[in-house]
Amino acid sequence: MVVREITYAEAIREALREEMLRDERVFLLGEDIGLIGGVFKVTQGLYEEFGPERVRDTPISEEAIIGAAIGAAIAGMRPVAEIMYMDFLMCGADELINHLPKIRFMTGGKLKVPAVIRTQCAFYRYAAAQHSQCFPAFLMNTPGFYIEVPSTPYDAKGLLKSAIRDENPDIFIESAALYRVRGPVPTEEYLIPLGVADVKKEGKDVTVFAFSIMVHVALSAAKKLEVEGISVEVIDPRTLNPFDKKTLIESVKKTGRLVIIEPDHKTAGVGAEVAAIAVEEAYEYLKAPVIRLAAEDMPAPFSPKAYNAFLPNEEKLINTIKSLVKRSK
Amino acid sequence: MDVKSLSKELLLDMYYKMVLIRRFEEKLVELYRIGKIPGIAHGYIGEEAVAVGVCSALRKDDYILSTHRGHGHSLAKGVDPKYLMAELMARKTGVCKGIGGSMHSTEPEVGVIFSSAIVAGSIPIAVGVALAFKMRREDRVVVSFFGDGATNRGTFHEALNLASLWKLPVVFVCENNFYAISTHISKSISAKEIVDRAIAYNMPGKVVDGNDVLAVYEVALEAVERARRGGGPTFIEARTYRWLDHGMYYLGKYRPDEEVLAWKQRCPIKLFKERLLREGVVTEQELEMVDVRVLQEIEEAVKFAEESEETDLEFAKQFVYVR
Repeated sequence: MVVREITYAEAIREALREEMLRDERVFLLGEDIGLIGGVFKVTQGLYEEFGPERVRDTPISEEAIIGAAIGAAIAGMRPVAEIMYMDFLMCGADELINHLPKIRFMTGGKLKVPAVIRTQCAFYRYAAAQHSQCFPAFLMNTPGFYIEVPSTPYDAKGLLKSAIRDENPDIFIESAALYRVRGPVPTEEYLIPLGVADVKKEGKDVTVFAFSIMVHVALSAAKKLEVEGISVEVIDPRTLNPFDKKTLIESVKKTGRLVIIEPDHKTAGVGAEVAAIAVEEAYEYLKAPVIRLAAEDMPAPFSPKAYNAFLPNEEKLINTIKSLVKRSK
Repeated sequence: MDVKSLSKELLLDMYYKMVLIRRFEEKLVELYRIGKIPGIAHGYIGEEAVAVGVCSALRKDDYILSTHRGHGHSLAKGVDPKYLMAELMARKTGVCKGIGGSMHSTEPEVGVIFSSAIVAGSIPIAVGVALAFKMRREDRVVVSFFGDGATNRGTFHEALNLASLWKLPVVFVCENNFYAISTHISKSISAKEIVDRAIAYNMPGKVVDGNDVLAVYEVALEAVERARRGGGPTFIEARTYRWLDHGMYYLGKYRPDEEVLAWKQRCPIKLFKERLLREGVVTEQELEMVDVRVLQEIEEAVKFAEESEETDLEFAKQFVYVR
């Protein structure tokens, strides 16, 4: 198998391109995705290759973008809509929440909605409170669509291809902070099944649960702790729905300690759910309390100095793990 | 429209569908009052000519998208009343297997692709369906039904803009019954006429008497043919009136008695019946046969629904995801 290093953005572009070549029902729509290849250049080149019919620039109309994706999907197409920032999902919230995840159910299974809504959380762009949000827990709390949160180029490509082929609606959450991250991706086709977590690093002393950008923070911390004799296992769920409880529980049973690092708000965040699962299903194996490191419970501040402290970071994670291991020896 | 230019079969079918909707909705009210229909429901009595006039202009493989007040649209497009009645009574045999209820009727085989209970919610979805038709070079048309209140939602404006921009084969049918629950259009719509909103989206707008089924049919036919030819969307404002309250409960007095009475005197079924007889295209006996057939169908629908199994949680769970 030939493997080369490509960026996260390139991996997503390859997934889109391959699926468009494979299935003529697949098409893209969104703001500025065509002529200029997207404000983050993820779709660059696709407009030239597939033309304006299949790479559709839209007005700034999130309700219409998501609604049109739903309509095309129930009529047999495979739309992939792009919503520029996760914050803007809320501009299309009626179609996103009241329609997308409920149509199959409400029609007693008569309709399928195989639409993918791609969006991204803009971490570390210092773009203030309306261009920095990350609210996957809100989506997790809405049954009816799948949620992908890829952290690496390999995962982004394999998950996106699966999401496009999947018969359910998908919210595919990328991050602008990851678009330039490079990683190994095979040239041969591969798919990653939805609902299967990935053990990004094996370890025996403590389980760190991380997704999206926080996987990189966790891996870096794990490497440093290894030198100090603490063996960290890093679990990346890859999809928040379906949620792979099994991999999480097995890891917690093995290490007896769980630290969650997440880029969303702490209160009622993804970590709250993960902690509850661990306590419900592996209580007797836990040697220490479950700890959550999350974004502060406040809107994202603009000031870089403030923003950098707003998100959890490697230093906090290392200190948390050290003290947790120490107190539960 | 010249009645004599239309086939007797079509005229009798229009009459049948209007009476079917009327009797279905009367039965709904009756069953609701004795607690046999749970949840919330909205009656279409008084507005029958809009659904029937529009749907008569469509082919079976054309799609409609409907609203919370959608029984009329579904029946006019050809949904079997027994499956719709079973849905209202939350049975596994219902059009949505007892999971959607009154407001989400869906039967793609006859062209009812979806009904949304969020005001204006199905309009952008209709645009997406039309986009699929256009991208596949199919000569099918989509009709999006909504009420006067829906034209105040942003979703409506985003959807009309996109449909016009992309010249999609969709017909927007606004059923203007003058009241969004209790709020009269004069208190909610800044445009002089609702139809004027079409001007902003560069599409033809037509006002039609929504109680005259043939007038609706004529306007719809033109819009549908235009869309089918690739001419893009049309906006139709059909002025009509709902005889019942917004839902199944009395919400207070917000309409003058004289206004309600005047509209009831212009009952769409009565108007159509009188015209058919006056022009001598059908006999009284032929219409009576339709009336009897409808009554039988409604009774059968209720019987079918009552004999069907109620939808339970485990049954419902299987429809959340495609696994």
